[in-house]
Amino acid sequence: MNSQAQTTLTRTERLTQWLDERLGLAAIAKLAHKKEVPIHRHSIWYYFGGMTAFLIGVQAATGILLLLYYRPSAESAFESVQFIMTDVQFGWLIRSIHSWSANLLIATLFIHMFSVYFLKAYRAPRELTWVTGALLLFIMLGFGFSGYLLPWNKLAYFATKVGTDIAGVVPVVGHFLLRFLRGGDDVTGATLTRFYGFHIAVLPALTLALFGLHGLLVQKHGMSVPPSLEGKPLKTMKFVPNFLLRDLIGWILAVGVLAALAAFFPWELGEKADPFASAPAGIRPEWYFLFMFQTLKLIPAKIWIFDGEVIGIMAFSLGGLLLLLVPFLDRPSPQGKSKPAFTIIGILVVLFIVVMTVYGYLD
Amino acid sequence: MEPEFTRRRKFLNYLLGTSTGATLVAIFYPVIKFVIPPQVIEATQNSVVAGKLNEFAVNSGKIIKFGNKPVILIRTPTGDLKALSAVCTHLDCIVQYQPEAKGIWCACHNGRYNLNGQNISGPPPRPLEEYTVNVRGDDVIISKA
Ligand code: FES
Repeated sequence: MNSQAQTTLTRTERLTQWLDERLGLAAIAKLAHKKEVPIHRHSIWYYFGGMTAFLIGVQAATGILLLLYYRPSAESAFESVQFIMTDVQFGWLIRSIHSWSANLLIATLFIHMFSVYFLKAYRAPRELTWVTGALLLFIMLGFGFSGYLLPWNKLAYFATKVGTDIAGVVPVVGHFLLRFLRGGDDVTGATLTRFYGFHIAVLPALTLALFGLHGLLVQKHGMSVPPSLEGKPLKTMKFVPNFLLRDLIGWILAVGVLAALAAFFPWELGEKADPFASAPAGIRPEWYFLFMFQTLKLIPAKIWIFDGEVIGIMAFSLGGLLLLLVPFLDRPSPQGKSKPAFTIIGILVVLFIVVMTVYGYLD
Repeated sequence: MEPEFTRRRKFLNYLLGTSTGATLVAIFYPVIKFVIPPQVIEATQNSVVAGKLNEFAVNSGKIIKFGNKPVILIRTPTGDLKALSAVCTHLDCIVQYQPEAKGIWCACHNGRYNLNGQNISGPPPRPLEEYTVNVRGDDVIISKA
């Protein structure tokens, strides 16, 4: 008995050693052991990055499952999703979780981004961490937009028409962009195939690369401490296992929430897209595009000699660019004091988004 | 004068640089051309039979397939026939006829047009393009203006 336990032990030990020689496990373990998370009254915001990452994992897993039945063509996309929803065992569950998780993901991503913004975690040397994060936000919105079309229903069809037409309004490159996105001059089966390609190949590849870099940078620079607490002695907690276990509780809760949402509010499929039918009343995009949609609705048709929507779209593009450049714009003054202007701008942006979104729903 | 060695080094770097550049162009040019979809030549359609006159009720509108473009055929409250492009000039949605308002409405951003296709409220920047309607015998025929 005793001798047997010993052989197993040595066997495991030998295996660990074998792996260590090849993978450098000891170095990784040391790194994980060293990583610490500061404890303070803003610590709660540290969880949203991990939560977003977890939901991205849920998307990958459920997305791969949906691939097994989905057929990306104008003739059969709608029917294949219908088949998933009605015939495939637990198909409704997998699809609903994929849709709900997408929405939750965007929400946690926004929370993560704004908390990083307000706690100024983008300050040197973390500029590139912010830039990769902002690019990931754009990619996730791209996932939302491309994925929305895939069931080929009426709402998605018109949302895609409007969305791609907006791209077409951009000066100079607009026409190229529109044809590139649509795979032709109109939204057709070619558009669907293209969006499918973006959704399952191009965007995931980009995500993997950027997310790897983002994670690496977070690891390299460690957790940022908000300026108000910088330099003060802070308690810390070990990342492994203390923080990770708390993360885990959050993730388990998220699974519960997703399952509940999917069970009580299964994602609807709607009516099949028809390029020769009028846009249905009450059409509006997903909530995370609603504030832009609503703003475009309020801009008059003509501002001076320009089309209103061109102005609006240029303004939003500029906003996206500024978002990317935040760490380079918010340079601390020579005294090392940070400027309150950025906090005020941030609050105004959040207010604008909230007000426009609520208005969009009530309108 | 530069030493022989540096000069040769520079020359080699130049060769290496340009050939790498040329190779990259040779790879990416076809890729970029590939992702731009080819122009599809549409069979030019000049007219289409929308249906029989009695199929269109007074004060109603119907979307008609004109080639691969949707056209809205409207029978006005006075019984006249009107055909207009059904593609909203704002952001490409397809418009509908509203019998109550006796006008054309785009659900996407609440754009409105009158029966002549003139944009009268909401975001649409231009009027809807007009098509010609003829009644030959019983058939309603729409043709390019
Ligand atoms: S697309 Fe018709 S009002 Fe915007």
